[in-house]
Parts: sequence; structure tokens; C-alpha cells
Amino acid sequence: MRGLARQAVPWHAGRVAARVAARCALLSLLVASRAEGDDLTVGRGGTYATLTAALAAAKPGDRVIVQAGTYREPTLVVRTPRLVLEGQGWPVLDGEGQREVLVIAADDVTVRGFVATNTGVSNLEDRAGIRARDVRNCVIERNRLRDNLWGIYLQRSADCIVRENDIEAHGLKQTESGNGIHLWYSPGARVERNRVRGHRDGIYFEFSPHGETRDNVSERSQRYGLHFMFSDSCSYERNTFRENNSGVAVMYSRGVVISANRFERSWGSAAYGLLLKDISGGAVTDNVFDRNSTGLFVEGSSRLEVRGNHFTQNGWAAKVLADADENVFSGNRFSGNAFDVTTNSRSANSTFDGNWWDEYDGYDLDRDGVGDTPFHPVRLFALVVEQHAAALLLLRSPLVSILDAAERVLPVLTPEALVDRHPLMRPPR
Amino acid sequence: MITLDSIRKRFGALDVLQDVSLAVRPGAVTALVGPNGSGKTTLIKIILGLTRADAGALHVDGARADAAGAYRRAIGYMPQAAHFPTNLRVGDVLELVTQLRPGEAIDDDLARAFNMDGIRTKLVGTLSGGTRQKVNAVVAFMFKPSLLILDEPTAGLDPLAAAVLKEKIRAVRTEGRAVLITSHILAELETLADDVAFLCDGTLRFSGPVAALLDRTKSRSLEEAVAALLRTERVPQRATPDAVTTSRVAPLLAPQPQGGR
Amino acid sequence: MNIVRLVLQAGLRDLSRNRWIVAYTLAFLGIAEGLFWFGGTGPQVLLSMLNLVLLVLPLVALVFGTIHVYASREFVELLLAQPVPRRELFAGLYLGLALPLAAAFLVGAGIPFAVHARAGASLGGVAALLGAGVGLSLAFAALATWIALHTDDRLKGVGLALGTWLAATVVYDGLVLGAAAAFGNYPLERPLLGLMLANPVDVARVLVLTQLDVSALMGYTGALFEHTFGTALGTSIAAVALLAWCAVPLLLADRRFRTRDF
Repeated sequence: MRGLARQAVPWHAGRVAARVAARCALLSLLVASRAEGDDLTVGRGGTYATLTAALAAAKPGDRVIVQAGTYREPTLVVRTPRLVLEGQGWPVLDGEGQREVLVIAADDVTVRGFVATNTGVSNLEDRAGIRARDVRNCVIERNRLRDNLWGIYLQRSADCIVRENDIEAHGLKQTESGNGIHLWYSPGARVERNRVRGHRDGIYFEFSPHGETRDNVSERSQRYGLHFMFSDSCSYERNTFRENNSGVAVMYSRGVVISANRFERSWGSAAYGLLLKDISGGAVTDNVFDRNSTGLFVEGSSRLEVRGNHFTQNGWAAKVLADADENVFSGNRFSGNAFDVTTNSRSANSTFDGNWWDEYDGYDLDRDGVGDTPFHPVRLFALVVEQHAAALLLLRSPLVSILDAAERVLPVLTPEALVDRHPLMRPPR
Repeated sequence: MITLDSIRKRFGALDVLQDVSLAVRPGAVTALVGPNGSGKTTLIKIILGLTRADAGALHVDGARADAAGAYRRAIGYMPQAAHFPTNLRVGDVLELVTQLRPGEAIDDDLARAFNMDGIRTKLVGTLSGGTRQKVNAVVAFMFKPSLLILDEPTAGLDPLAAAVLKEKIRAVRTEGRAVLITSHILAELETLADDVAFLCDGTLRFSGPVAALLDRTKSRSLEEAVAALLRTERVPQRATPDAVTTSRVAPLLAPQPQGGR
Repeated sequence: MNIVRLVLQAGLRDLSRNRWIVAYTLAFLGIAEGLFWFGGTGPQVLLSMLNLVLLVLPLVALVFGTIHVYASREFVELLLAQPVPRRELFAGLYLGLALPLAAAFLVGAGIPFAVHARAGASLGGVAALLGAGVGLSLAFAALATWIALHTDDRLKGVGLALGTWLAATVVYDGLVLGAAAAFGNYPLERPLLGLMLANPVDVARVLVLTQLDVSALMGYTGALFEHTFGTALGTSIAAVALLAWCAVPLLLADRRFRTRDF
């Protein structure tokens, strides 16, 4: 709580100003460091044999250059502000299965070019490969993190940059694994171009608003590729989430922008390409949902704009529960899904308008590109399966086709309101 | 030589054949006659193994006929009407039958007489009924079996072809082979048959040389003899309690087509 | 075996010139090609063809098969009068019906997918569809043969064939759906999987589904389904079930053929 109090002011006072200032400071630091600080060399042929010794000797603004080699030292704690830690030739910082590897405990610190590995598993402490604790403006870039309980852990640290890191964990059970990139009470973070594989959650945000997450690849997570809660006004762009055990979960937040991401191959009874729970006023645009058990799952969310997405070859393209309202689906493309849209009630509070459905077989006599008959995307069979999961075995049975056709002609059980009155004749884009 | 010994066959409640014993001599033509429904076809099918007898024994050339059907090497069969698959060529049919009976001596007299080579590439479905019947005859006579079973062989054949066929039947007899033949045209049988077997209501009423039958019924022709047999058969049967049998025979006599000839 | 081959060869020659078989081939060819022509992607065409395979193929195999066996009756009698064992005749006659049916489907449905190989239909999906179609052809040809050998009344036989078709394609699934709804509170997955194996049309459908709709099926208590049908073992189980659907009617038909009176 101490850290929280300390950082409370800049968060809310002038976020943008603070961030611009922080970046300027960082830039000047990078430019100035050559002139301002000294270079301390660690390792073969260097001044210091150990990182611990170099860190103890370093002054603010110094650059600590670490040569290739394996360093087995007690947890390294950076307490000097404006320090740059730079590995050359991928020096390995080994936790020997015993301890946290590196902790950033001063502002404006940069860590790059290290391999941080082998924290070991502990039930008592959250060990991370690289942790930033109660700091501002840290930069963690181009590191490799291997087989750590936690990968990169930002704890109450504002305006940090985590980019181009390669993070991987193997062979751990979900209960014995932490997250790849973990943010807790860390606002204004930028997470870019990282690759995360095999952790419990690939990228995790909690109480960390105003973050930007771009161009990351998060795959084969034991739970979520991205797990995201209580973090308003964040954006996710151009990320790829692939083969994550439960997909991606975004929950309890406002004003989230999710754009141009790929959600691929999340398979399982509780796996979702993207799960939205209690999200209000966000946008889900131009994403691709490809081969997920459920592409997009919307629960208790409202005023979402779902536009220009491509849902292809999912089991259920979009599941929109009845407690979700005022969501608008338009300009999306639905192709090759077993079920396009399903819901759990006859009442539908979300709007579908102007989407392209590969199952639409209407006509367009006036040639305006919009089908002349409405499309009912919810199949009767989808509702049956919703209530009796085992009935799914009859998928694509001729009987089911007959039932669906009858229901489309004369809707009795499917929500009449859930209808696309302007189905597109050609896929958008 | 084929012998039938106390052959019995029931279809449901109907006794189709009752204790039929018959010998078909080699070097002779045996005419199997009787009204419609008398059991002629069933008897033929039992000889061929198409239908199994409930009781009795069948010997072909001294060996008991078995289920494996090898004994049928001794038999050539010409069914009443041939229904070959319509999309086979005549050549396909002849080839199939030849290959099904490998190693048997081929007799191609009829094939030449009926000009099979000229229609070899024609589809069966395009043939006239008469031509199809010629193919049917050729198939039956293709080998040199010791017994030929001919079911209404001249039906549908033009008079010329019928004459050719009858000539062939006589030739087969001369070779010492046996022929079992059924026909509605008793006059035709008369010119061919040496022996006659008369079947009525599943019972063999007479079997023996044609001359013996004529003698016994004091008739001049086979036709008269058969009519006489039927007449005399009705007398004792009236005395039997089984009136149903009798009443079934009576109407069967009326439509016999050969009656007026 | 030689006799089987000869009779089969005659059957193939006959049916390859049969206009219904030719029309059947062309129908598959035309429909699949048409679906591609009108802009269908590989997966879409695959799904449309699956509907045909599940509905039309059993109908044709049953009705055409039954009528064909009836029509061959006199020819069969002529063959039976030759010195050959009945069992070998039967094998030749059945294969002479089933193989042309299967081949007609394989050619008619296979060629368009081969021509449009780049349209995006997965190889596994096409293979499953073709395999299922061939399996269904063989199974329903066997059922048709059995029906025709069992029922001398041709009208009754064709009626039975139609009834069998309706039962296998629609009625059976209706009962399964009813059961799923009625016993929805019980863990039904395993019994239902068993029920699927008990109907050849369902086996064929599930076989193709495991290749097409993996996403949906994985969601559904995925592990069980994956373990049952999604693996090589599962595909084998389904294939064996389909083979059993050929074998059982075939054995019954064969028994009937060997013991009945003609």
C-alpha cells in the first residue's frame, strides 16, 4: 500500500502529461547516459566479477555492461535510479531453482539483453524472472525468460515499457506456474512485441488502467493467453493469441479497445477465443476469430461495438448471453462456423445489423448489396444444444437440418428479435 | 441318368410335390407334362438345386446330388424365358457362362446355327424376344452335359429356329444323352418324346414310354392320352374326401392352350 | 474366388452401362461442380456434399439396390443352375451391385474436389467424406440385398427399403434427440456415443464431423469426444462400425441366399 500512495497523484492528475514527461525523461536519459555516467563492465575481462558488486558500486546514470556467462548470485536488486543494465552475448542470470532473479527497485531503470532463468517453484513467494517493484518508467526489453515461475512482474510500477522479450516456461502444472507478463497496479504500461509461451496466463493485467498492448504473441498458455481485470481504458491491438487453454478473458472493465487481434484455436468446453464479462462501452473491431470452440463469448456486457471482425470455423462464433445488452454487431463476417450466434434466452438485447453470413441464402433484387430478406442467425438446434449439451452429437444430421429449416420459416423458439435485417450479400472488405 | 426318389416339397400349407419318383433315361427325351400349377417347375428346380426338397433323394449319374452343386456339371438348363442383365453384350453372357464352367467340352453347333457371332457385340437389352431365346438355347447347349433340362424351349422362337432347336434335341438324344423337356404344345412333344412323365397336383400319375401311355389310355395322340388321364384321374379323386384338390384341378383344365390344337 | 471375380466382372459391366448409375454419377459430379462454380469455398462444398451423402446416397443405394436385386432374379437362377457354389455367387452378385454404387459416388464426388484442390477443403475432410460415402454405399447395398432376398413381394420390398431409409436418416436421430431432451439431467454422452455407432448414417456423419467441426465438438465435453472419435483410434472405431453395418446385413443376406428356394 505504501507504493500505491506514493504513486496515486500522477495517475489521475495528468496522465498524458505525466507520460509525455516520462518519455522525454527516458529519451534524455538514453541520449545523456553516454556523457553523464560511467560504464561498469561485469564478467570476463571486466572490472567486476559479479553483478552484485557492480550494482553496489553503480551511480545513477551509469551503464552496467554484463559479458556473456552464467551468473549465479543472490537475487539482484537494482536500487540505483537511471541505471542501464545491458547484457552482451546473452549472459545468463540463474536463480538455481531457489530465488527470484532480478528486481528493479529504482525509477528509470532499463534492463536489456539478459537471459533470466530458473526461479524454481515456491508456494510461499511469487518468484519472478524480472520484477519491477514500486517504480516508474522502467524499460524491460529484449530479454529472454526461461522456466521461471513468473516471467516479468510489474508490481505497483507506473509507465513501464515491456517489449521484445521472449518468455517461455515448460512442463509446469497450472498450479505451479505463474504468468508470463504480470501487471498488478501498474498503470500506463506499454507491452509490445513480446512472445510468451507456456505460462499460466500469458499476459495478465489487474488494476492496471491505460495500458497499451500491441503486437504480442501469446500462445499455449495453461489458462488464458491474456487475462485482464479491473483495468479501464486499455487497448489491445494486433496481438495474436493462439492455442491458449482457455483463450482470452477480459473482465470487469470499461472502455476497452480490442482491435485487429487474432484469436486462434482455443479448444475445450470452457475455452473462448475472447471472453468478455462485465465490460461496458468498449470496441471489438477487425479481429479474427479462427477455430475456437467459442469465438466470442459475451456475458453481462453492454454498449459494446463489435464491428468488422471475421469469425471463421469456430464451433460457436458468438455466444451472447441474455444479460448482455445494447451491444451492436455490424459489418462482421461469419463463415464456416458450426453455429453463428447463440444465446440462452428468447429475449435478445443485442443488435445484429449489416453482417455477412455464409449461411444466408436470400436474394438481392434491388442490387444494393443488402439481402432483401432478414437472416435469423440463431438456429433452433443451437438452443437445443444450449439446454442439452449431449444433443450436439446430432450436429449436421439431416433431421437437424429439417428442424432448422422449419424454424427459420416459422420461428417459434428462437429469439425473433435476434435478426439481421440487412444481411450483406458480399463479405465486407 | 438321373433318378428322383420319393421327392416331397411343401410351400407353407401347400403340398407341391408328394413322393415323386422318376427316372430320366439317357438317350431318350422325357416329356414332363401336367396342368399349370401341377409342380413341373418345382420339380425342375429341385433337380437343378434351386429349390431344396423336404424329403427324398436325387441321384445324377449314380451320385447323390449335394449342396455344393458340382453335380450340375452334368446338367444344361434352358429356363422358360431368359432375363440376362440388359446392359451386357451377348458375347459377355456367353463368355461368362463358358468361364463359369471351365474345362468342359464346348458344343458350338447351336451357336453357329443361331449366328451368335453376328450379334456378339449387341446389348442384351436391345435384342428381340426371339433372339434372346436363341441366346438362352445356346447357353443351355453350350457344353455336352449328360442331361438337358428345357423349360418351354420353343416358346417365342420363330418356326425356323424352333425346327433347328428340335433337330438339335434329336441329335443330343442320338448321342446318348438325356433330355427333360416341358411344353404346353403337346403335339410338339409328341414328335420328340420317348418317355412321358405326367404330373398332376404334385403327384406323378404316369411315367413310362409314350407308347405305353397311348396303349393304356387307348389314345392315338399324346394330347388325347393326357386328356384321358385327366378325365380318369378326376373319378377316383371325387371319391376322396379331399374335394379341394379336385376343384383346383378342374378349372386348370379349361384354359389349357393346347386343348384346341 | 475365380467365380466371384467372373460374376463381379459381369455385374460391373452391366451396371457401368446402366443409365441410372451413369445419371447418379453425373448428378454428384454436377452438384459438387456447381457448388464450386457458384463460388462455394472448399469447406462449404464439403458441408453441402455431406448433406447429400447422408440423405441421397442411402436412398439411392436402398431403392436402386432392392430393385436391381429383384430384376436380377432370373439371371441369378440361371447362374445358380451352373455348377458353382452359392456362396461365391452371392459374393460376386453383392460386389457387382455395391462396387458400382460406391464407384459412382467416388467418381462423381471425388473429381470436383480433386479439380478444385485449391479451394481450401481440408484433405482430411474430403477423405472422410469420400470414405463415409463409400462405407454407406456398401452398407446400404448390403441392406438392400438382404431386403430383396428376404421379401419376394417386390412392392413390399421397395416399401421396406424406403422405410429403412426414413428410419436411418431421420427417425432414428429424432428418437436420439428426444432421448437427449428427456434425460437431459443425466450424463448422456457415453450412451449417446453408443447410439451413434448403432446407425450407419450417424457413424458416417460423425466420421466426417471429426474432420470438419472439430471446434464445436472439442467444446462439447471435449475430452470424451476427442478420445472416442477424434483420434486415429476413434476414426478406426467409426470405420469398424461402418464395416459392421456392411458385414451384418451381408451375413444375413448370404445365409438367406444360401438356404432359400428360388
